[in-house]
Amino acid sequence: MNQELALVVSAVFLATVVESVEALTIVLAVGLTNGWRTALLGAGLALVALTVVIIALGPALVRIIPIEDLQVLIGTLLLIFGLQWLRKAILRASGLKALHDEEKIFREELAALNEAARTPSRNDIDWTGFVVSFKGVFLEGLEVAFIVLTIAAKRQNSLGASALGAVLAVVLVSLVGAAVHKPLTRVPENSIKFTVGLMLVAFGTFWGGEGIGVEWSLGDWTILVLTALYTLIAWAAVTILRRNAARPQSALAGSGGAA
Amino acid sequence: MKYLVAFGRFWYDFIVGDSMALAIGGAGALALAAALVHSQASALAEIALPAIVVGTLVISLRPAK
Repeated sequence: MNQELALVVSAVFLATVVESVEALTIVLAVGLTNGWRTALLGAGLALVALTVVIIALGPALVRIIPIEDLQVLIGTLLLIFGLQWLRKAILRASGLKALHDEEKIFREELAALNEAARTPSRNDIDWTGFVVSFKGVFLEGLEVAFIVLTIAAKRQNSLGASALGAVLAVVLVSLVGAAVHKPLTRVPENSIKFTVGLMLVAFGTFWGGEGIGVEWSLGDWTILVLTALYTLIAWAAVTILRRNAARPQSALAGSGGAA
Repeated sequence: MKYLVAFGRFWYDFIVGDSMALAIGGAGALALAAALVHSQASALAEIALPAIVVGTLVISLRPAK
């Protein structure tokens, strides 16, 4: 392999590692919260769909599918879904779920029973988780295909080297994912849901923003900055809500003592 | 028809869930950022987008107090 082709392999490898880690994060998040069967089915079918699209369109892919439109659609869905997840996790962490009157408790018990009936066992498929896993892998895979084709188009006879760089990166990131998924299952459930909500909101903001034309000054590092920002806000929200929830109880305790 | 309703309900639950504010705020944040980008204010959009997302989350938590 000459020096120029080695450079192609290295460039595509590094770019693909970044995209693959993003996809892996989402698949791990779905696997830990909705079950591995759901996560792997979503990821597997996304890879099949991706392969079909790439084989059918080949190099014309870059011209036919507007990646920005796809980013806006998927970014919007991830952002909204992540916000919903994060809101619930904040309310749980601050102890504000299941409070006050009997009717509300009854309704929540009923809802909990319904949710339990709908909650899949390890062998069932959770379709919401499936969609999230599918979208994450499909969008990132499509971005990898764009990287491979764009870099290959700039140098003659480099499509093989470009594809090799991508395959090596995907294999490496998949092996890392397989190694870390077991230790992660020991983390408490609400902590995982909290983290997943934060990551989905960060990814949704980043992808949605890219799709509508926002030029993030820090590139892919923006995802980390957004995650840090949202973590800080969520932590502050939990602290304030906890304090506010404790205040009426101490007031009640005080009045109860006086009576 | 039954499957169509179930399909619609799945997407409604997926997108709106139990907080309409989050669905409107999330989509609205991106719409406003897109307007800023088209007005040649991309740098402002980079700050406004996460700021509106944070605002949406805070507003969605207020009724829970």
